[in-house]
Parts: sequence; structure tokens; C-alpha cells
Amino acid sequence: MHIQDTIAALATAPGAGAIAVIRVSGANALDLVSSVFKAKSGKILKEQQSHTLHLGNIVDGNRIIDEALVSIFKGKRSYTGEPTVEISCHGSSYIQQEILQLLFRKGCRAAKAGEFTLRAFINGKMDLSQAEAVADLIASDNAGSHQIAMQQMRGGFSNEIAQLRQELLNFASLIELELDFAEEDVEFANREEFQSLISKITRVLKRLIDSFATGNVIKNGIPVAIVGEPNVGKSTLLNALLNEERAIVSDIAGTTRDTIEDEIAIGGIGFRFIDTAGIRETVDVIEGLGIKKTFEKISQAQVVLYLINSQAPSASGSSPKGRAFADLQLEIEKIKNRFPDKPLVLVANKMDHLNAEEQHTIHNQLSELIPEDSKSTVLLISAKTGTGVDELKEQLLQFVNTGALRNNETLVTNSRHYDSLLKALEEIEKVQVGIDAGLSGDLLAIDIREALYHFGEITGQVTNDELLGNIFANFCIGK
Amino acid sequence: MSFFDQTYDVIVVGGGHAGCEAAAAAANTGSSTLLVTMNLQNIAQMSCNPAMGGIAKGQIVREIDAMGGYSGIVSDRTAIQFKMLNKSKGPAMWSPRVQSDRMRFAEEWRLMLENTPNLDFYQEMVNGLLVIGDRVTGVRTSLGIEIKAKSVILTNGTFLNGLIHIGDKQFGGGRAGERNSTGITEQLINLGFDSGRMKTGTPPRVDGRSLDFSKMIEQPGDENPQKFSFSNVTKSLTNQRSCQMSYTSPEVHDLLREGFDRSPMFNGRIQSTGPRYCPSIEDKINRFADKDRHQLFVEPEGWNTIEYYVNGFSTSLPEEVQFKALRQVAGFENVKFFRPGYAIEYDYFPPTQLRHTLETKLVSGLYFAGQINGTTGYEEAASQGLVAGVNASLKVQEKDPFILKRDEAYIGVLVDDLITKGTKEPYRMFTSRAEYRTLLRQDNADSRLTPLSYAIGFAGEDRMRALDKKESEAQNLVDFFNNTSITPEEANPVLAEKGTTPMKQSDKMVKIFSRPQIDLDDMLSFNEVQDYVAEHNLDTEVLEQAEIRIKYSGYIAKEKANADKLQRLENIKIPDNFDYTKLKSLSYEAREKLTKIQPTTISQASRVSGVSPSDISVMLVYMGR
Repeated sequence: MHIQDTIAALATAPGAGAIAVIRVSGANALDLVSSVFKAKSGKILKEQQSHTLHLGNIVDGNRIIDEALVSIFKGKRSYTGEPTVEISCHGSSYIQQEILQLLFRKGCRAAKAGEFTLRAFINGKMDLSQAEAVADLIASDNAGSHQIAMQQMRGGFSNEIAQLRQELLNFASLIELELDFAEEDVEFANREEFQSLISKITRVLKRLIDSFATGNVIKNGIPVAIVGEPNVGKSTLLNALLNEERAIVSDIAGTTRDTIEDEIAIGGIGFRFIDTAGIRETVDVIEGLGIKKTFEKISQAQVVLYLINSQAPSASGSSPKGRAFADLQLEIEKIKNRFPDKPLVLVANKMDHLNAEEQHTIHNQLSELIPEDSKSTVLLISAKTGTGVDELKEQLLQFVNTGALRNNETLVTNSRHYDSLLKALEEIEKVQVGIDAGLSGDLLAIDIREALYHFGEITGQVTNDELLGNIFANFCIGK
Repeated sequence: MSFFDQTYDVIVVGGGHAGCEAAAAAANTGSSTLLVTMNLQNIAQMSCNPAMGGIAKGQIVREIDAMGGYSGIVSDRTAIQFKMLNKSKGPAMWSPRVQSDRMRFAEEWRLMLENTPNLDFYQEMVNGLLVIGDRVTGVRTSLGIEIKAKSVILTNGTFLNGLIHIGDKQFGGGRAGERNSTGITEQLINLGFDSGRMKTGTPPRVDGRSLDFSKMIEQPGDENPQKFSFSNVTKSLTNQRSCQMSYTSPEVHDLLREGFDRSPMFNGRIQSTGPRYCPSIEDKINRFADKDRHQLFVEPEGWNTIEYYVNGFSTSLPEEVQFKALRQVAGFENVKFFRPGYAIEYDYFPPTQLRHTLETKLVSGLYFAGQINGTTGYEEAASQGLVAGVNASLKVQEKDPFILKRDEAYIGVLVDDLITKGTKEPYRMFTSRAEYRTLLRQDNADSRLTPLSYAIGFAGEDRMRALDKKESEAQNLVDFFNNTSITPEEANPVLAEKGTTPMKQSDKMVKIFSRPQIDLDDMLSFNEVQDYVAEHNLDTEVLEQAEIRIKYSGYIAKEKANADKLQRLENIKIPDNFDYTKLKSLSYEAREKLTKIQPTTISQASRVSGVSPSDISVMLVYMGR
């Protein structure tokens, strides 16, 4: 890869928009853009100060391609750490292409995926985890994942690891001193302090590792399975939550054969709703497959919405339209047995068909079907009219532990980091076992060195050539 | 016809630990070799403590021996006491150390060298190099004699412009009672070399008849002494001499402080850097002011001599201050001095000017070894002598260089550190300098290095045969432990004594040997093991080897895996004369340092100080990984 040349790419999403931004980075960026830019003020672009904005025309010889705003970043004070120019032009695809082609003719090269960020990394503008966070930031589409990505990009998480690594490194040095000066009457590593450091590291690692579960669902959306009898209005509910016609809605039971996912932000948190087929015993092969899939989806979900038709379970225990009350109880037990800790909301739909007294009765009846704990609840709604949908949203938010987010705690969302943290914890636990067994310092040192290595993988303080390629492959061009 | 018509393959200048090993290595690899030194009566002097080995250093002596150097054999033959240090720690820390008979040590070296074919001797000061273009062609002596050679190894120790300090007195000298050497530094600077000054020191030597050992603590050698050499030409000691230990006190420290204003270390007369890790007594009481006592080891200088070395009391304070203070130490009340301690300043050449072969980058055929490279210690010097001697010889014979990697030998770590990082203070080896110290053990120096040395024609057939025998005996013994069962009746008394849980049913011996509480001696208490060892006539080395393989195999495998990981970066070669200035994205410091050091691999580049992981990433990306 050549990192001497100047690269250019569209930095905004491809396609037409109000404006588009073309980023040019490299030693010749300023000269290059200067040669195709005629400022309204008549000033020569490359002679202007860094971090200034200029209005003018992008010209190809005498031909004006577009009127554009150009920002210039000189020296190392730019995103990439090398001279950079950003051209804000009008957002037509034609103009974007014309300007890019012009720049390429003038000696630029088209940037590869992630190359701007790669350069920023290579030029020391960010460490590996910050670079990865940029990718996440770009991809974030809700407040929760945005907050995590921002925090990580500012280095919060790798700073914490770097600090722990430094403390561990200091202790490792003391242990080394102790080994190499065993013949001299000097004491170095205080075992109590060492033990408390190892305990502290263990705590922090465990917290970070645990946060991966939270962090990851926030990043990817919290999966919620909608389960229930066919034709109880699952798709309608989904539509009510999504506010758009996404799932297939029909009155024929079992229309929703495949699972459909969609994401919706509730209170700044992304939720991934998974519409599933019901779990009614069936002889229909296709529907049978759907039921198997339903259980898979429930196992992946954080919350289960069990949707029933509120008209169905009649006071007498059965209903011509629906099924026996006992069947419902059986199915809920089936889910609770398999996934005892999974929050479950028993949602009775079509409440608009019932009068107030009936609503009260059904609510009491349903409440007896579910365990009495904070993880299960009953809600009456009407997906069709939207009654109770907001309460459902509230309930979903309550189930999700958003405490971590609100407290601005560090969350791990990157599986590479998660992996390194797990490995580091494994080594630290070996160190702990070694301390307990009174293991000699030279053997402790092997595990300590390994833990330091895994910390370094996160902060980029060790060179791992395998990682380099992987990280920057996750970017789209122009980032 | 003149003294020297012949053009030597290799001339070694200096006859200390580096010079002696260099001469032996060059001669033993088939090069006609000349050892030139100022005084042939003084070769292989132990200028400081009468001991070889110690932590990390003992491993180096074993490595030298495994390759066919002489230091291990000489040390074994002249030892008066043997200790395996750190036996309570893991095997990476087990470090052999001997107290030596200083006079016998020098004599033994002289005799070994006299019996080495291809090796000539000449006594005179060398004060110039013959250089044509960028090639060395020989040396010039103080009498003006020119001796031609294809390569020259400089091992000048502390002699280059050596300046001795005792209190406020100072005088030129290379060592107590010997003059210094001049001319070479000036010529090398003219040739474009950077030079610097370093400092080291030594304690007083005293008359043992004036000491009261009843007031000291006896420090005996090991009950079952081992030895350095893997060869069977030496035997372990049957008889040993003890050392003694005493302590300084606040009164001693007060007396020493009285001389601080006349200490060349404190009044600014000595500007150069001394070894932080081997501080003088004044340095210790100054830096560790809260400590009210320091250990002193009182070491006999030989089997029969009355001379003693006061280890821990290195000093350059005025002689009467040394004397008054030492008399305050328990057991030293009536001490008589043989000679006072002193400090010495000398020239060295920052070793970043060398290649992995210890050949200088500036002058082809010129090699540096020992203190001239800024190191301290007999073992460090000797190992560099061997590296320079072998490589000078191989180059003359137009063969590939002999370079030891960091995961192969402490000597590899030493050379790579020196040429990659340089050193600002006298460089001493530590186990922590090795990334993979669990692989670089004293017990396996032969299996690591003898085959490599044999391949270049240095280590002989006999060493290879001895290694094969040891390897197969050790493996058979491991198999024996793996395959032989032991009953609870037999094992449980031993297990109980060691406070580990008893066995419920018979199991393989390896199961109990693997327990951390159980050691080799415990296993040797079982009849079946005793019988096996006696029947196969196994020596300590074999038993130790089996013990390590059984008890530490997990750690060893882990380090091996890590070392192999590093190997990938080691395999990415950087072309000669790579132009770092064109890599603008490298930090300025990295560009400057890399240009100066010219590392040969990415791995080496990553060890250059001032080069960050992101610089390495830049290089990896640039070189297309």
C-alpha cells in the first residue's frame, strides 16, 4: 500500500442530496485542490491559513463544474493527520463524479475502504480502538449506540485499559527486579499491593466483559420476540410499533411464515422486533418449521412479547375463535420452563372489542397465568387503535437495563475487544491462582506478560499485524 | 625478514575475558589467530570479584560452554565454591555461580590458550589500526611494528584512556598497577566513530588473617555442587571453601559520609555513568538513605591465598576513609588492606555502531567485544568475544555469519540489545531482558546451542554425542515416570510430609511428580526410582532435565508458542540501506533512529527505542505485509 500519494473519495452517502462532501487527503491535497479552485475572493487557496473555509468555483480549465465551499486543514491538524481538503459541493451524482474524476486526472487516487481512517491511525491520530469506534459511530442510528461509539472514540475505554496496563506493567517490573536482584537484600514487590491490584483488575475486567452483553445489544438493537397464536394481530402490533406496513398482514391464520425483523428506537434505545410464527401444535410442515424457529428466536431475544387475542380465552375456559384457557397456560409454561429468566409481557390485543368490565376480568385472569415477579407482566392493548402501545413501549424500556448508559459507564461493544478482555481475564485469573499457590515470580511473570499483551491488543500498544487489515476492512470508502 | 611476515586471519587486541574467548573461538574455527596484549602475564585477570556466573550470567557461561567456548571449563577447574542460585524458584531462574581461585583462573586460561592450535601470542601495546578505505588490514604496535590481518577484534576493556580515581587522587591506568592504552580511541574518532566515557569501580582487597570470621555469617557452597561445563573434561567440586557475610551499620555510613566531599562521584570529578545495578557503597548509602545496613560478602580469592574480596563495598572514597569505615564493620575491626578500592573511567563506543556479528558498520573486518561496547561483567564480555571471534573467522572464510536470536540464547538478547538499543550505562545481563526466559535456561543451553555451533564447525563431535546421550536418557526417564505406577502405601508418607493430599489408589508416578509440593528429591526417595537411576547410571543433569520437562512443560510450551508468534515479524526482512526519510508518516524520532540503527528485520525495528507500535504498523503496511 502506498501512503505517500494523495487520495480522494466521496465522504457523504452516495446518491443525490442537498450537498455532498468530497474529502482529499495527502501531501499534495492542497496543491491539487488549489489548482482546480477559483476563490470568489481571488485568493490562492493553498496560501490560506489552516482551518479556514472558502467559497468559490471548482473549475476544469475554463469550465465551471460547481460552486463549492472548501475547507482546508494544513499539516497534521486534520482527521487523517496529513494535509486535507474537504469540498462541499452540490449533491448531484453527476457533480460528485465530475469533481472526483477531475481530481483523479490531476493526480489523486481513489481512496480505498477505510483508508482515511487507516491514515489517521498510521499518523498517530487515534489508536486501534478509537479507529474501530469511528466505524461504529458512522453506523450508529440510535442515541444509545451513538453514545457508546462517541465515548469509545474519545478514548474512554482504551484509556481505562491503558491505565490498568500501566499499573500492571509497573508491578511486573518490580517482580522482575526482585528476580534479578534475588541475591541482594532489597525488597521490591509488596505482595499485598500486588494482590489488591490483581483484584482491582479482575473487577474491572469482569465489569467490562459483562458490559459487552449490554453494550452489544445497545449497539445492535435489543432483540424482542413477538410470539403468539396465528392471527392474534402480531403483524398489526409490529406495524403499530413500526408505524409502517412491513410485515404481511392478513386475516388468514399462519400467514407470517418467516421471521421478520425490524428495528425501532424507543426512548433512544434501539429495539429489534422479531416477528415469529406461533408455537401452536401443528401438523402443517411449513408451520412446524416456523415453530422450531420461534423457539430459536425466543432464545436469542432479551424480551418476549406473548400476544393473545383478548376475546379468545372466554370465562368458560374456551372460545370458538380461539383455544382453551388451559392451552394458553401450557404454552406460557413451556416458554417459562425453557427460559425462566427471560422477561415476558403477556399482551392481550384487540381490547377495543371488550367493555371495561370484561377488560378488568381478563386482566385478572391473565395475571394468574404468569409468575408473580418483576420479569413478567400483563398488558391490554389495541394494536389497531394504538391504545396501550405507549405503555408497552414504557414496559420494554423498563425491562432493559439502561442504567449503564444513563450513568455514562464504559460499555464494550466490539467483539475484538471482548475477546481480548476475556483472554486478559483468563491470564489474570491464572496470576491469582499463582499468587494463592505461592508460585515463584518468574512463573507469575509469564501470565502477567500474557495479560499485558492482551491489554496492549486493545490499546494498540502492541503491534499485531493480523489486526491491522481486519480493522480497516470494516469501513466504507470515504471514511 | 621481520617479526610478522604472515597475514593473520584474525588479530585479537586484549587478553581479558572477551579477548581470550575471541582468540579461542577464531582459532578453533580454523582461522590463524594472533592474540596481542600489553602484558601476557596478566591475561584472563578477574579484575573485580573472584566469581563467575550468577543470575542470568550463569546462563551465559553455560551457553558459552555449550558452543565450545572455554569459560565454563576454566571456571569449573578453578572453582573453590559452587552454588545453584534461586533453586526455590522456577527453572528459568536457576543460576549457577562459582567462587574462583583468581590466580588459578588466569593460569588455566593461559594454559588452555597455549594448547589451542592456530593461535599465536605477542606482548605489546597496540596503539593504532591499519585501515585501507573502509577495510581494516591489521594493527600497529607502540614499537611501530605493523602486523597484517584480514580482521581485527578490539577487546580493550577499561584500558582505553583509563583513568583511576581514589578520593581526590587520579592517575592514568588500565587497572590497578597497570598502565592505560592510548591512540586507538583518537584514531577511531577520526574514522567517524562516536565514543563516550563510562565508569566502573571495585572494592578494597584485604588480608584474611586480619579478619575475625567468628563475627560473620558463614556462606557455604551447595551440598551437591554441579558445574558449568556440559563436557566431561571437568568434574564437580568435592571440596569447597565458604564465603562469609557481614553488615555495614549507621556508624560505618557516618564515617563514609565524612569523605563525600572528596568523593570523585559526588564532587563532579567523574562525569561518566557507572553501573546503576552495581552501585558503590557511597552510592548505596546516598540513594537508600533509609537503610541502616547493607550486606557485605567476604569472598576468598583462592584456595590458599589470604587475600579476600569485600563484595558490596565498591568505592572510590579516599583510601583512609575506606579504611576507617571498614574497621567499623563487624569482623573487620583489625582489617589490613591489600589495596584500596577505586573507580576507573574509560572510553567506550556506543554499540549501535555494530552489526549482529559485532563487526563495525563503518570499518569492514573490525569487531568490538566487551567493555568497549559499554557492557560490564566477565560473562557478558566473554560471550561477545565468542560472537566476534566466530564471526570474524567465518567472514574470513567467506561463510554465513553466526547470529543467535533472542529466543535462542541470552547471548542473542545481549547482542541484539546492544546494537539495537545501545546503552547509556554499563550493560549487565538480567533474566528480565529476555522475552522468553523460560526457554533460555541454564539446563538446556546445550540442546539450544550445541547443534548450531556444531553446524559451523565450532563445537566438536564429543559435545554432540554428549547432548544426544543426555537427551535420550532424559526422555527415557520422563517415560519411566509416565509409565510406572506407584501405590498409595509407598507414596502417601512422602505426600503427607509435604502437606499434599494422599492418594486413594495406585497411579502413574508422573501424577504425583507434577504436584507443586513434590520435588526431585521426594521422587528419589522411592525405591523404584532409585533403582532406575542406579541401573542407568544417570547424572544430576539428566535428573534435572526430566524434572523440568515434567513439572514445567506447560510454561515452556506457552513461551514457545509466544516466541513462534514473534517469529513472523522476525521473518519480515528490511532491505539494506532502506530509506526511512521517504516514510513521512513515521515519527521524526523513528525515522532518525531507524536510519541510524538500520535494523535488519521488522522485529528488530520494533525494539529500537523511540519507535512506537504505530511506526511499526506504518512499516508493515508500507512493506505490503
